[in-house]
Amino acid sequence: MLNLIRNVFAFVLLVVSLSVNSQESRPLSEGALHCLTCHGNQTYTLQNPWTGQEEKRLMNPYFIIDTTHYRTGVHRTFSCTDCHATDYETYPHAAELKLEPLSTCLDCHGGDDTYAKYQFERIDEEFQKSVHFVKSGESFTCSKCHNQHYYKPTARNSSTVSEIVSYNNAMCLSCHNNLARFQLVSDQQNPVLAQVHAWLPNQELHFRNVRCIECHTQVTDTLMVSHNILSKEHAVQKCVECHSSNSMLKASLYKYQNLQARSGKGALGAVLQNESYLIGANQVPALKLLSILIFVAALAGVLLHSVFRFTKK
Amino acid sequence: MTTEKLYFYPVWLRVWHGFNALGILVLIVTGISMQWSIDSPLINFSLAVKLHNIAGVVVSIGYLLFFAGNLFTVNGKFYRVKPKGLGKRLVRQARYYLCGMFKNEEPPFPLSEKRKFNPLQKYSYILVMYLLMPLVVITGLALLFPELIIEEVYHLSGIFLTAVFHSALGFLISIFLIVHLYVASIGKNPLKNYRSIVTGWHEINH
Ligand code: HEC
Ligand code: HEC
Ligand code: HEC
Ligand code: HEC
Ligand code: HEC
Ligand code: HEC
Ligand code: HEC
Ligand code: HEM
Repeated sequence: MLNLIRNVFAFVLLVVSLSVNSQESRPLSEGALHCLTCHGNQTYTLQNPWTGQEEKRLMNPYFIIDTTHYRTGVHRTFSCTDCHATDYETYPHAAELKLEPLSTCLDCHGGDDTYAKYQFERIDEEFQKSVHFVKSGESFTCSKCHNQHYYKPTARNSSTVSEIVSYNNAMCLSCHNNLARFQLVSDQQNPVLAQVHAWLPNQELHFRNVRCIECHTQVTDTLMVSHNILSKEHAVQKCVECHSSNSMLKASLYKYQNLQARSGKGALGAVLQNESYLIGANQVPALKLLSILIFVAALAGVLLHSVFRFTKK
Repeated sequence: MTTEKLYFYPVWLRVWHGFNALGILVLIVTGISMQWSIDSPLINFSLAVKLHNIAGVVVSIGYLLFFAGNLFTVNGKFYRVKPKGLGKRLVRQARYYLCGMFKNEEPPFPLSEKRKFNPLQKYSYILVMYLLMPLVVITGLALLFPELIIEEVYHLSGIFLTAVFHSALGFLISIFLIVHLYVASIGKNPLKNYRSIVTGWHEINH
């Protein structure tokens, strides 16, 4: 009996430990953990050889790596020194390490068939046509939008519009709403987005339900995400581009298979699975017909009645 | 034959009715143009949204006036529901509209100081003013501040549900309007009632 209890207990322990493990499923590499003892926290401890004491210091907030986001990023299996110089293992870091050239997305992913479905080369071509590259040049790297530590392809994998929108917009807002980052690539002040878009009613709602790139890029059918940010003169301002039965959102935001997998039940399904309501675009032909019929019936009733009124007087 | 003049529509009621009628017409036109995304040069989408919002607020405030008016003045007594024999009265009035009036029968419920509306009129006004209008106003205000709406109900957007409900109500009110306008033209002189709602005086021939 005691044995049985012990066995059950052991089994439960095993299951629990397994499930705990699978939650933390991506153990960070040893190398990463070493760097994160300092870069994962607000403060770090260093051994001061001059005084022979341990001292606590504040970490530069811009140099803190968010461990939770790192764990879900595409490069989570990497050790920090897969990208950064191995010399970083010692602290104080050598001054010239600041000048280390870091690989770009294309350096690693360009011409690699494993990643063909992402079309890195075409994205690069599109990006080079964008206002950002045209105006800011090489200093505007892919990493300005795609943090190499955290990036995860969301539009491709997420099944909710709101998650895709907030993730994608955060990539733009991290700079457009942050003067310090903005001035890394420009000498100007960042325009206040709420003012620039004052013409758009229910702005907050819009920014929660459509992506910046919906209005600011030319939709490309063959690319998952259009990367050619056009100059502001070419931004979508016409409401009916979205608010109509042939809304352009069908070709951009709502085109993703992962979103459609959720509906997939014909016209009614498409209405029923709605996470959002788009004035003018959520037209159900059957309902439209029904309402026209009732309308016409009411008019016909009135007409018939008045005919009787004027003939039978 | 004598003509009796009754003061049916006090000033506040006429003021309310004027704003309401204008507002609702604007709401219907802009509502349809948004729903079907008609982007004519006359009213583009953006303008339709703006006008719809303004007219909606005007009609909502008007509704409060109407509500208060009926609460605090004698006009309220014309809106009291009397369930006893209601079905019969409605059928009698309907019969009159459908055949009686063509045979020159007398109206079953002649209007007087005590009876401003015939039963069909009365209950359609009650239905519209105390059910459809409050609902359309509440859903409309919710859509004006969509941040307040519950985000998701069983995977359906709260806004989606509210908007569909709002459009359906708007549609019913439009149908009411067609009938309302037509029925108001019934009588010896089709324009008589329209004059009344402007001047306040209603003429009754005995
Ligand atoms: C003892 C704590 C500590 C450890 C361990 C540590 N760092 Fe740092 N690191 C810092 C501090 C503090 C800074 C801020 C600049 C400075 O003081 O040199 C920094 C700065 C950096 C920078 C920014 C340099 C710049 O100025 O742009 C990089 C990149 C970096 N560390 C990478 C690493 C990597 C990779 C590892 C692991 C291999 C690592 N660090 C381990 C404390 C540490
Ligand atoms: C996939 C490559 C990659 C990996 C893995 C990586 N980094 Fe970085 N890291 C970069 C790039 C690229 C930059 C420069 C970012 C820029 O210029 O916008 C950077 C910048 C930094 C900075 C400077 C702050 C900043 O945002 O500019 C620190 C600190 C840093 N990394 C620490 C780390 C630590 C600690 C790890 C491991 C936990 C790590 N990195 C892993 C590519 C990587
Ligand atoms: C130092 C080389 C390196 C750099 C720089 C780099 N990557 Fe990666 N990336 C990799 C490797 C290796 C993998 C595969 C990781 C794995 O399978 O665990 C990967 C995985 C990915 C994936 C997931 C592929 C898949 O289908 O699993 C995406 C998306 C991706 N990277 C995008 C980017 C973007 C965008 C950039 C630039 C901001 C970038 N990478 C920069 C090496 C790199
Ligand atoms: C102005 C910001 C911006 C810049 C610059 C940028 N991207 Fe993107 N990129 C995005 C956004 C937004 C997405 C959609 C994010 C998501 O949900 O996956 C995206 C998605 C991607 C994807 C995933 C596409 C897919 O098929 O799932 C890849 C790969 C990519 N970008 C590569 C690059 C490369 C390479 C560069 C540099 C040449 C670059 N990006 C520059 C904003 C940018
Ligand atoms: C509904 C479409 C739409 C959406 C969504 C949208 N924009 Fe815009 N945006 C525009 C239009 C149109 C303009 C041009 C306005 C003008 O010139 O008056 C513009 C202008 C801009 C400008 C130029 C400001 C200037 O005057 O220099 C920036 C920057 C910008 N948008 C960024 C964003 C960002 C970031 C997001 C996402 C949070 C976003 N936009 C979402 C339509 C949109
Ligand atoms: C690293 C910072 C940064 C990020 C990230 C960024 N931008 Fe920009 N963006 C800029 C700067 C700087 C300018 C001003 C360019 C100039 O005039 O020099 C700009 C300009 C623009 C403009 C106006 C172009 C014009 O005609 O004046 C638009 C639109 C825009 N960005 C949209 C976006 C969108 C959409 C995203 C996200 C997909 C994004 N930006 C991400 C820095 C950024
Ligand atoms: C890029 C596409 C896009 C453009 C362009 C656009 N909208 Fe929208 N709009 C949306 C989406 C998506 C929603 C749905 C929000 C939701 O899920 O409820 C929305 C919601 C709204 C709402 C909120 C309805 C409510 O619930 O109260 C109004 C009002 C609106 N749009 C008006 C406009 C006007 C006016 C314009 C033009 C000036 C415009 N929109 C341009 C996509 C767009
Ligand atoms: C949908 C919007 C409208 C609603 C909800 C509405 C409602 C009402 C109500 C409740 C009354 C009775 C008021 C009372 O005496 O207490 C009334 C009377 C009247 N209304 Fe309207 N009305 C609307 C639009 C219109 C329009 C656009 C017109 C004409 C242009 C109009 C013409 C009249 C007339 C002529 C009367 C007096 C006849 C009668 O009492 O039936 N109405 N309306």
